[in-house]
Amino acid sequence: MLILECPYCGVKAEESELHAGGEAHLKRFGPGSSDAEFHDYLFMRKNPRGVHFERWRHINGCGKWFHAARCTTTLEVFGTYSAQTLEPPQAIRDAVSAKRPGWSWRDLK
Amino acid sequence: MSDPVSALNGAAFSGIATVEEAGLAGMITLRGDLGSKGLGAAVKAATGVDIPTANKVALSDEGGAAWMSPDELLLMVPYTEVEGKLAALTEALAGEHALAVNVSDARAVFRLSGDGARETLAKVCPVDLSAEAFVAGQFRRTRMAQVAAAFWLDEGGVFTIVCFRSVADYVFNLLSNAAHPHSKVGVY
Repeated sequence: MLILECPYCGVKAEESELHAGGEAHLKRFGPGSSDAEFHDYLFMRKNPRGVHFERWRHINGCGKWFHAARCTTTLEVFGTYSAQTLEPPQAIRDAVSAKRPGWSWRDLK
Repeated sequence: MSDPVSALNGAAFSGIATVEEAGLAGMITLRGDLGSKGLGAAVKAATGVDIPTANKVALSDEGGAAWMSPDELLLMVPYTEVEGKLAALTEALAGEHALAVNVSDARAVFRLSGDGARETLAKVCPVDLSAEAFVAGQFRRTRMAQVAAAFWLDEGGVFTIVCFRSVADYVFNLLSNAAHPHSKVGVY
């Protein structure tokens, strides 16, 4: 069972109280971008084995979107953080590094 | 004018806990900056309580305020006074980036009391309801089996549960089933 702590209300929410929002920190390509860029933005998602960054929504609670860093193989959660950021904060990256030295995700290390 | 009627007209069930539909309750959803002084004063004027901290409820004799999210409160007032309170609230919030709406008739309210109340609720919600973890004055929005719900615990050990009126029957049957004497687990 996956339990994430919502960074907005502080509730330790069990998976069924949450809604998964897919890969985090996407760069959006809209009007003016090339077809290839738009295709990749729309359809191509990471599906890593190991460290992953995702968006979640506390749908049956405070209703806010947030980010979570977790491991897809062990369901270990490294931390959750605010949605108002373009990349994981240093504290979260340090927490991942402490547990999974040498990790990488997209261009993050 | 027609008489307003609550969703289940006071239905009740008694087992290891007592489930009662609480009848009509005045409720106002208020969204805005909860840190703002103007909003705090407006809430105090409408309900008689200060803005509660996160995951808490502040209760007075006639109503209260519950913390719904970082920018949302649920104000409880007597059913007959909702329109007046809402008008006063809207006026007090002029110039603030805030919105108050009367949601009284969109909701159903249940009271859950008795020795088995914690167990009854714990069967249907993914929440730690042990006496150490969930104390009086705490408020929680969560999932009750398949529907969204919110509840708080008062000093008298009574849970007040708020859900959408459209699922009132479902919630009543769910709680009655969980409170059935033959379904006793005895965990709390």
